[in-house]
Amino acid sequence: MSLSQQVSSDRQLARLLQIGIVLEEVVEARAHHHYQSLSDDERVLDPEIEQLLSHAADESADHRKRLEALIQDLSVDSIPFDEIETLVEARYGQTKPDDFDGVLYDQLCNEETAYKFYDDLIEAIEASDASFSVDRDQLLEVLRGLRAEERDGAEEVTKIMEERE
Amino acid sequence: MNTANQYLKAIYLIQKQENNPAATGRVADMLDVSPASANEMIGKLEARGLAEHEKYKGVRLTDDGIVRARDALQTYCIIERFLTNVLDVKEFRAEARELESVIDGTVAERLDTIIDRKPECPDCFDPEMDACACLDVELEVEPPAD
Repeated sequence: MSLSQQVSSDRQLARLLQIGIVLEEVVEARAHHHYQSLSDDERVLDPEIEQLLSHAADESADHRKRLEALIQDLSVDSIPFDEIETLVEARYGQTKPDDFDGVLYDQLCNEETAYKFYDDLIEAIEASDASFSVDRDQLLEVLRGLRAEERDGAEEVTKIMEERE
Repeated sequence: MNTANQYLKAIYLIQKQENNPAATGRVADMLDVSPASANEMIGKLEARGLAEHEKYKGVRLTDDGIVRARDALQTYCIIERFLTNVLDVKEFRAEARELESVIDGTVAERLDTIIDRKPECPDCFDPEMDACACLDVELEVEPPAD
């Protein structure tokens, strides 16, 4: 056991970005399965929820690609993404939320967790004076962009929840 | 990032092992920091009501400190298990130590949804091996840090 509080190597950064990909996979899988669980009637009655979940799944897929692009530029061995996707899919293939409140609450947790992750990662990179094999400014720009979209996502879900109270 | 949680975790494990307050020197050794750094952080933990320092005996966590230490230990167990079971990382102990200050409890809870964690966690943690005792992997005692 030893004390560590910074991101200091390509390998450590790659692992953290990989964890980001898994979180995005989880968001995408949950949003997809929640969306699939809506009946045809519910989709007609609640296009707002349908649109929210569809957008969340698309956004997570896009975030994943941006994280993968960063990892590809680091000097580390490639990581088997297919296995992660299969594992996450297997976990959420059977889940079904109880009602719309459950769907929205779960989506809010997803967005807030991803926001917290990117926020902590940005802080750790900013606190480090290590040099990485990706451009530091570009790295931070991508991560800040992802964080901003997660914050917007959380605000969007909160707004819908408040309107429905 | 949370260095305080790493100290709380170390103090908790030592006081549990010895059933006594944790000597500052042992805390410093476990975290591979200087005794002066350990003393400084223990002072901060005391000021936050998370630990009590007894002269000539060492440091003991308060009830609030124990709750936070167990949460930190659980987060650490989740990271180790996630690295081993999901990402198949062989050097999971070294990597978990590098990651724990960046992975918040909220994020760990999300990762927890895709791993099979035992209900006894975090009591399953073996401080000698620096790993969850329920992990299905062959473990060797790591050499001390340089």
